[in-house]
Amino acid sequence: MTAAPIIDIQDISIGFTGLSGSTLPVLRNIDLSVRPGESVGLVGESGSGKSTLALAAMGYLKRGLRVLNGSSHFNGDDMFSQSRKSLEHIRGGKLGLVPQNSGQSLTPTLRIGAQLTEALRLHSKLDQAQYRARVLELLGQVRLPDPEAIYARFPHELSGGQQQRVAIAMALAGEPDALLLDEPTTGLDVTTQAHILELLRDLAAETGMAMVYVSHDLGAIARVCDRVVVMYAGEVVLESTAKQVLTAPTHPYARGLLASIPKLSDPHLPTALDGRPPAPGKAGAGCAFVDRCGIASGLCRSSRPPLAAGPGGAMSRCHHAEQANQLPMTSTGADPERSDPNAPAALALDKVSISYAKQGLIEKLLGKEDTRPVTVDGISVAMKRGETLGLVGESGSGKSTILKSIAGLLPPAGGEITFGDGGHLPQEVERRSNDHLRRIQLIFQNPDDSMNPRHTIAEILEQPLKLYFGLKGQALHDRSAELLERVRLGAHYMTRLPSQLSGGEKQRVAVARAFAAEPELVLCDEVTSALDVSVQAAVLDLLNELKQEQGTTYVFVSHDLAVVRALSDRVAVLYQGRLCEIGPSEDVYALPSHPYTEVLLGAVLEPDPDYAPKLTADDVIELAPPAQGCPFQRRCPRKLGAICDTDSPPWQQQPNGHAVRCHISLEELNRLQVDEARSDETPKETLSA
Amino acid sequence: MSTTAVPQNTALSRFTGVLGDVISRPSGALGLGLVAAHLIMALISPYLSPYDYKEMNAAMMLAGPDASHWLGTDHLGRDVFSRTIQGGREAILVTGIATPVAVFWGGMVGIFFGLIGGRVDEVLMRFVDAFLSLPWILKMLVLIVTFGTGIEVLIPTLAFFYGIPVIRIARAATHDVVARDFVSAARARGHKRLTIMRRELLPNVLDTLMVEGAMRWSWMLLAFSSLSFLGFGVSPPAPDWGLMISDARGYMSFAPWGVLGPVIALSSLIIGINLTADALAKALGIDRAQKAPV
Repeated sequence: MTAAPIIDIQDISIGFTGLSGSTLPVLRNIDLSVRPGESVGLVGESGSGKSTLALAAMGYLKRGLRVLNGSSHFNGDDMFSQSRKSLEHIRGGKLGLVPQNSGQSLTPTLRIGAQLTEALRLHSKLDQAQYRARVLELLGQVRLPDPEAIYARFPHELSGGQQQRVAIAMALAGEPDALLLDEPTTGLDVTTQAHILELLRDLAAETGMAMVYVSHDLGAIARVCDRVVVMYAGEVVLESTAKQVLTAPTHPYARGLLASIPKLSDPHLPTALDGRPPAPGKAGAGCAFVDRCGIASGLCRSSRPPLAAGPGGAMSRCHHAEQANQLPMTSTGADPERSDPNAPAALALDKVSISYAKQGLIEKLLGKEDTRPVTVDGISVAMKRGETLGLVGESGSGKSTILKSIAGLLPPAGGEITFGDGGHLPQEVERRSNDHLRRIQLIFQNPDDSMNPRHTIAEILEQPLKLYFGLKGQALHDRSAELLERVRLGAHYMTRLPSQLSGGEKQRVAVARAFAAEPELVLCDEVTSALDVSVQAAVLDLLNELKQEQGTTYVFVSHDLAVVRALSDRVAVLYQGRLCEIGPSEDVYALPSHPYTEVLLGAVLEPDPDYAPKLTADDVIELAPPAQGCPFQRRCPRKLGAICDTDSPPWQQQPNGHAVRCHISLEELNRLQVDEARSDETPKETLSA
Repeated sequence: MSTTAVPQNTALSRFTGVLGDVISRPSGALGLGLVAAHLIMALISPYLSPYDYKEMNAAMMLAGPDASHWLGTDHLGRDVFSRTIQGGREAILVTGIATPVAVFWGGMVGIFFGLIGGRVDEVLMRFVDAFLSLPWILKMLVLIVTFGTGIEVLIPTLAFFYGIPVIRIARAATHDVVARDFVSAARARGHKRLTIMRRELLPNVLDTLMVEGAMRWSWMLLAFSSLSFLGFGVSPPAPDWGLMISDARGYMSFAPWGVLGPVIALSSLIIGINLTADALAKALGIDRAQKAPV
């Protein structure tokens, strides 16, 4: 650890000129040094300046930003005083970048081989004849199966995980000394994410590159970083080894952040970290975190704490680092509201199948049999009033499709949906009565997209109130204000536009809009996946409270198994639009489970550096389910043989409603999985002993 | 949390905001100034004219500019300056009514097509394409020959023809909006189609339509002047730029002032409208380069 740092940022401040003409800092006096072979994680909420800092290491500033003071060196070169030409030489050469959304950063009209060749032409001294061999070698290095085939493909022919691998290969083309990774796994499925992180770990070990990870996901950081830098409002608030930051952080913010992460092992709701960070230039004389801190004192308001070595050698920007050590960092959140097993029926799906294809007009007229390919098939679930059903699965598993179908936006191709007391529920939204429409409400994933950008918050909330209750004038205004209070926003938000709200605030408005209808069933489609963890916890908390008050039934769709666990009474696991397993949450998350559930659970990352995911299946993305047999046959780590290819597996029911759809008997699954879990633990204990 | 002033997001505040943005751009200030000057001139020119526009003077035919006739006289001895400042009144009136009508009906139909989508939309749009493939002047002439000329024919004719390309623009803009979740949310709530069009789609397509309207206006002015030039628009002796150019072009080699007045007037108005449209597009964040030329 004595080598000179390869990335050396000293006392850097970056800011922009605000509308009022004053300079607003985005980064304030940050030091960051990364030595060869080191992996450093930059974590923080959105807006904390972590990406700006990583880009500053490349000598790059987003539009409108400028360096206020400080310097950024790479390999001894000052990155902000380089000529354009030498910058171009360094960037993508000795200093690689893997951008956040690699699918969008690849040129859609160029084949993968051609894109990588271009990177080689710019950044390697290889002879032209050697390009092809080197590209194939790079594709192999990022563990892409069949590099020859990938070479000739276009970006859209690859899955998200494969695109990410190509982006990594491209960054490796210049044989970099350091790699910057901006949210390298955000937006990928859990299994894909776990595989990419394993790849990055291996690459770091193989090549000895320095790596800088920018991520909001502490689980991902835990897996790949030696050292973690926690950022808040443009400052470093905590810097230490990954183990210390994640297991015994000495800053209240880091502890709050950890407590707000839902964990698989903990059935409680995560603790929300209330409030939001100060806007650039709005931080006062004191500590930037003071308004959200549980142990703030008068000193914290008047003087900004220095970044000082605290207990255990961590650098912490806190006046009360010792005290911070005592703060809880596991969730102390409320117990999720549990449903009453004797409640009346709320919703039942009976052998529902859904297709995106439209039946041909001629076929319909001739009365021919419906032969459309179905995306979702054979879904049968019955829910009781006040119950929360979690739907989990990877992207493309049909989770959101099922919600759309319940909402009537995509009528099922077969089967039946019954609502409430068994009354007939018309399939198409246009045929549903006003009462049915009111009782079923939908909350979307992305509040930026689900609210009309031209409507004020008042107009957004008034729509369901006018439509379902015919409210007018003062009554309308009062009810809207009441709803805003209910989601802890307050009436002064009414004249704002969605663009003037933060992500968490927008999603609260979306929740308020759904509850304005006084619904019985609320369909939540990945409602927290566009939010920061601290905000996510608050939204989950709000949903739980509303359920407590109004006895609402939720269908909660998420790709995040821990989030689903925190809120759901029952969980249904979907693969390729087919149910694999369904049952009470605690049973589904415990062993034994369906091999697919096992794969999903194994890939979940915990914010613990000692926790290794168990990767038992490939992260291949299948585009269509197999024609017959078990839908999971091609990826199943426990495949029995021919029977899985030919016969649909039977449902194995247990008395408590837990059902697994697999050819392997539950006893056998139990034996296999529990034994493995035990054998996994043994060597670990001997290692640490 | 910061307790900043509560933002006011009324239609008026948005209008004044956009107007301020347009004026703050050099092209917008110049363009809006030109358009405003023309509109004011169209209103007050009858009271400003030094001569009656139809007053002929056999003694002063094709006289050059001097102190009494600032822009000279035409072949009938009429004062070109008086005719020029009054020559836009009918053009501005006709196009000023026809443009909003065209943008309104084309916009509504386009939004409707964009919302329903699917096969119906495809089939109907092919009719629009077929119609657009015919040269506009031929289509206009057919109607004018059938129904005769005059304001009562020209306004509906122009409004009809210039509404059709607006369908395409509005439909394309609507397609971008329809795919967004807030439209699905409105459908799932059970709003009627008409409500979705008015409340969810229109406000998001309106910016494009406003810029499109400004563009249509300038093209319509050219079309109107072309019709007058060909003798199908305003009938003599009424002053009109197109008609004046048509009358004076025979004497252009020795009396260019007859053409100069109306040409400057017409082009300054059209340039003004285009500059305003450009500034408006920038103020509203619409990239006009991306719009397909129709």
